[in-house]
This record gives sequence, structure tokens and C-alpha cells, in this order.
Amino acid sequence: MELVIKDLHANIGDKEILKGVNLTVTPGTIHAIMGPNGSGKSTLSNTIMGHPAYTVTSGEVWYKGQNVLELPVDERAKLGLFLAFQYPVSIPGVTVANFLRAAVNAHRSVAGKDTRETAIPMAQYRKDIREKMATLGVDDSFARRYLNDGFSGGEKKRIEILQMSMLKPSMAIMDETDSGLDIDALKVVSQGVNTLLTQNPEMGVLVITHYQRLLNYIKPNRVSVMMEGRIVREGGPELALELEERGYDFIREEVFGNAN
Amino acid sequence: MTVEANELSFDYSKYGFRQEENYVFKSGKGLSESVVRELSMMKGEPEWMLKRRLQALAIFYSKPTPIDGAWGNPDLLDLNYDDIHYFVRAGDKPATDWDAVPEEIKNTFERLGIPEAERKFLAGVGAQYESEVVYHSLREEWSKLGVIFLDTDTALKEQPEMFKQYFGTIIPSADNKYAALNTAVWSGGSFVYVPKGVHVDIPLQAYFRINAENMGQFERTLIIIDEGASAHYIEGCTAPQYSTNSLHSAVVEIVVKKGGKFRYTTIQNWANNIFNLVTKRAVAFEDASMEWVDGNIGSRLTMKYPSVYLMGRGARGEVLSVAYAGKGQHQDAGAKMVHNAPDTTSVITNKSVSKGGGKTTYRGLVKVHPGATGAKINVNCDALILDNQSKSDTIPYIEVEEAKVTLAHEATVGRIGEEQLFYLMSRGISQAEAMSMIVLGFMEPFTRELPMEYAVELNRLIQLEMEGSVG
Repeated sequence: MELVIKDLHANIGDKEILKGVNLTVTPGTIHAIMGPNGSGKSTLSNTIMGHPAYTVTSGEVWYKGQNVLELPVDERAKLGLFLAFQYPVSIPGVTVANFLRAAVNAHRSVAGKDTRETAIPMAQYRKDIREKMATLGVDDSFARRYLNDGFSGGEKKRIEILQMSMLKPSMAIMDETDSGLDIDALKVVSQGVNTLLTQNPEMGVLVITHYQRLLNYIKPNRVSVMMEGRIVREGGPELALELEERGYDFIREEVFGNAN
Repeated sequence: MTVEANELSFDYSKYGFRQEENYVFKSGKGLSESVVRELSMMKGEPEWMLKRRLQALAIFYSKPTPIDGAWGNPDLLDLNYDDIHYFVRAGDKPATDWDAVPEEIKNTFERLGIPEAERKFLAGVGAQYESEVVYHSLREEWSKLGVIFLDTDTALKEQPEMFKQYFGTIIPSADNKYAALNTAVWSGGSFVYVPKGVHVDIPLQAYFRINAENMGQFERTLIIIDEGASAHYIEGCTAPQYSTNSLHSAVVEIVVKKGGKFRYTTIQNWANNIFNLVTKRAVAFEDASMEWVDGNIGSRLTMKYPSVYLMGRGARGEVLSVAYAGKGQHQDAGAKMVHNAPDTTSVITNKSVSKGGGKTTYRGLVKVHPGATGAKINVNCDALILDNQSKSDTIPYIEVEEAKVTLAHEATVGRIGEEQLFYLMSRGISQAEAMSMIVLGFMEPFTRELPMEYAVELNRLIQLEMEGSVG
């Protein structure tokens, strides 16, 4: 199913950040959104997921026949949307293992059915999480650590991808996943995403990034450029390379002229 | 309604049922000299104890209800002393084995899951039903080691010398109005003695329960840990719901001698009409260690400040507590640490959660007397407030009369962050579950110190309390 964003406007407080975003992400594609700092990329990802700090003033986001903007955050997740956070939040006292089990079981829950029936059997859960942690080079001990509490930037990003591979979303949004990662961590994280893509070829991925670097490892089919709260250009993978070479200014000039 | 003790799902009715009243003796409502005399006579107590009770009664009458001042609370105005039964006894004598326990009382314990807990885990059980201990067992090997674990009434008969030597020495009747009240009408509680060098590895456990409406429960606990000995005592409380005020006022006195180690763990979940006014105090001598692990849920008002008097060089005291205040509840809890010797250490960690108009107060005292050089004190209070109707206060008293001390005090008050909620919900977790995960996580530094079954039980209780807090 496509994710269709129609004329989306969103504010933080009184300030308009998204000024009419139109974008379609098709299943089975990796769609990169690139843009300079402050262009509204993170606002877009947070707004799709329903962050309470952002107010949608108009527009729609359609996925699987529903305008997800009308759904509570947890329902959006259960519909198959996933946001890999730029700044994952720490939850002291809640272990990675317990949190992830709650998340997995929430995804498995069915209205009107006892959660004890739908919950993942403990043995299977342990096996799943161990395997996926091994793939991502996450030490077993992380299962018992408090979620993102005292984790390094790289560790947090790996745990985001771990969550993604456990929850198997049909549409994943990766918000600046490359920020704060060294090259080795970047490779591991990208590998994790690519493995997941191999296993779920119908998954759509919206990759939000400032730099081309990440796109060397997670290769996009489509590239959109965002500036001043709008998508101003779309193209194939070659657009990312052109941006790497020429920077954002040439697009800025083409779109907004030389006025500023 | 039938509730299986081994049922996996948690059913709050397990904690809210009430048994038909079928008591052997129940004093009329209200307090008087004749009630105290009758109580003492029925127990067949020695003359000195009756005298002590009557003295305490006079002190109780002479002290005003502490509704203001450093340790006062105006909520106490709602407490009506004349509307309380001061003594109820179920069954004739304390039983020594499960078969001898009356059927009706058994049912209550059955519903609380005690026999099961015993099978699995208990090494010794002191189960208090109403004002008197009816069931008590202790593993044989401990008896051989000289460990004594009795209900306090029996201890007065069987261990008269040790009893007289320590009773009321840590918390004298005149300490406060409720300590006086307890001394006048105490009944039941636990008596523990661990001899020199003996380590009791499996926790000693006691279950307490209030049943009769308007009945006060005044258990009295006395614990002596001899030199180099160690033990852990656990007390768990539940109470059914009632509509009129009820009073629980316990006194717990503990002595930890040189090099001894002791931990006292309490989980209390009182019905929300109960005034829970408890005096708990320990003295720790040279190189001794005393830890209070104290969890308070429910009650109309709880006032409880477990204390450690650090009397010998190198003594260590710790209070780790959580409080959860819901609608109409005030958890006024904290700790007192008194440093009377050099190189003593104290740690206070207090975590509180308030919701639905509930109020939590951390009230604590740290006192360092002259000469207690090298004392180290660490106080940490964290309050979590779940909505705009709820409140939290911090009232720390710090009296340091010695220059060479290290003192750290940190207090935080917070609300559940919307970032945290958003993060959990973005993984499909409902708002209610996300909130309870955050609250349980906040309390985890406490919960992880509990034996597994208590931790599970506490988490379930909190989850239940949390239900309906969203929306």
C-alpha cells in the first residue's frame, strides 16, 4: 500500500514548518528525502507518526485506506508505520527486552481477543530477539539494560533498527538515522535495514537524511528534495549524487531565485 | 465470588472481599482503661506489661493529635478515636500448623495466596488475622540455630527476660501519640531473635490483615539481630475496602548489634479509608547495617518515617521507599537518619507517584550529632505527578552539628514526559500501558530489591491503580 501525503501543513506552536507537502511512497521502494537543516524533514516524519508537539493545520496522510492523522499514535504503529527516531528517548527502569515484548504483543493483539492468546510465546520471543541482536552486533546484555538509558548514539540507532526488525513494519520512516554514527556503525545499521528489506520486499522505506553518505549503503529508488517546508524536486538516485556534488544551493536558486 | 489462589490473572476482588465476622472476642468501640485492663487480662499478661499499657494510655490521652508542626498533619482531624475497636481476637490460641487454623480464616488466607507462597518460598510464616497471630511456623533448622520467630504475645510468655530487656527501649511510649496508643493496646506482631553469627538466608515473612470494620490493628514487632548475625524480614499487607475510617498503628523496634545485618521489607496496600500511622525505628551499632525497604500504596493517610539511629563507628543505615497516592489519599512518608558515631553512612532513596488528586509528601530528617566525623549522607527524592489535580511536597529537615561530613541531597519533581509517551506509543503500545510502563520503570529501583513474587504483585497493584488514570 502506498503512503500518500496530501498538501500537509503543520506547525510548532504558531510557526508553520510544513507548508504543503505532497509525497507518495510506494511499497517496495526506498524513498529518500534530502534537504538542508531546518527544511522540515524531521517535522514531516514526526507529524506522520503523530508527535504531540506538532499541530496539523491542514492536509491528509493516507495509508491502507485511512487518514492516519485521525488515528492515535499507537494505532498508526499497528497499521504498519514505524519511525526510527533521530533522538531515541530513554525510559529508565524499563528494560529493552520487556519494552520490545510489550511492543511485539501490542502489534499481535486483536480487538476482542484475550491478549494472553495473542501474545508471543516467551521461548519464541527470546529466540527472535537473540537472533536479531546477533545480526545487528548488539550484545546480549542490552536486553536487560534500560531502554536507551546511557546508550551511546550508535547503540541507540542499533536498538532502533532492532525494534524495526522485531516489529516488521510495512512502511518505515528513518529520521536522520545516520546522524551521530561512525562509519562502522553506519555499515551495521544499513546492513540491518537491507536484511529486513530482503526479508520483506514489500516494505516501503522513507529515508530522511541530510547527507548522501547513508544512501551509499541504503540505495534509494526515489529521491525527493525538501526545502522550506515543501518538496521542491523529485528524481531518481542520480539526484542524490548531483546534490552531493553541487550542494543544495543550485536547487534553491532554481526554486526561489536569487532573492535571498 | 471464588478466586483461585493460583489463578494467573490478577483479580482485585482478591483484595476487596470481606469475610463474615465470627470472632471469639471483640471489644466495644472506643478506648478506656477498662478496655486495656480487659485486653491484658484476656491475654494473661504479667503485671509489668499491664502497668506499661496503662502508663502508655495516660500518655496517649495527654498528647494532642499532631495536626501541625514539623511532623504534624491536618488530615488527622478526620480520625475519630471513639469509633474504633481496639481489640479483636479470632480463634482461641495461636495455631502451630495449618490444619488447626479455623476454616473461615483459612479461606481468607487462601484468597490471599498464602499457602501457595508458603509451599514455594516461605521458610517461616507469621500470619496475622485481626489482632492476633493465628499461624506461625519456623523451619526446624533455624530453631536448632537458636533463631526465634514468634508472634509477639507468645514471645512475652516464652521469652520474658529478653522481651522485658528490649520492649519499649527503642521507641518509648512517650515518643509520639501513636506509639503510646500502640503500647497501650498492642496485640500481635512478630518477635524475632537471631543469635550471634547466625545467617538466616531465606526471608522471614509475616502477613498482616485487617478485616473487621472500624477495627484498629496495633501490632507490635520487636527484632533483635545479635552480633555478626544477618536476616531479612518481610511483611506484606492488604486490606479490604470499607466506608468508614479505620486505624492501623504499628510499632516496630529493631536492634542490630555489632557487625549485624538486617533488612526489613514492607509492602502495604491499605484500603483507602485507613489511617496508617506507624512508628518504625532501628538502632545500628558498630559496623552494623540496617535497611528499611518500604512500599506504601492505598490508605487515607499514611504517616511513616522509618528511622535508623547509627550508634557505633562504621554503622550504615538505608531507607528505600516508594509511595503511590491515588484519589483521596495522602502518602506522608520519608525517613529519619540520626548519626551518633564517626564514619557512619546513611542513604535515603524516596520515590513517589501521585495521580487522580492524590498527594505525596516526602518528610525526612538527617541529623548529625557533634563527633560523628566522617559521616556520609545521601538523600534522593524523586516525585512523579501524573495529572494536574495531584500534588507532591518535599519537607527535608537537615540538622548537621559536625563539620566533617559529606552530605548530598537531590530532589526532583516531574511529570510523565510526552516524548516518552510518544516514543512508546509509536511502537504500538497503548497510552494506558505506556503510562504504567513509565511509572513501573520509575519505581524499578525499589521493585528490584523485592523478592520476585512481591515485585510481581506490586507491579500488578500499580497497574490496577493506573487503570482509569488516562482519558
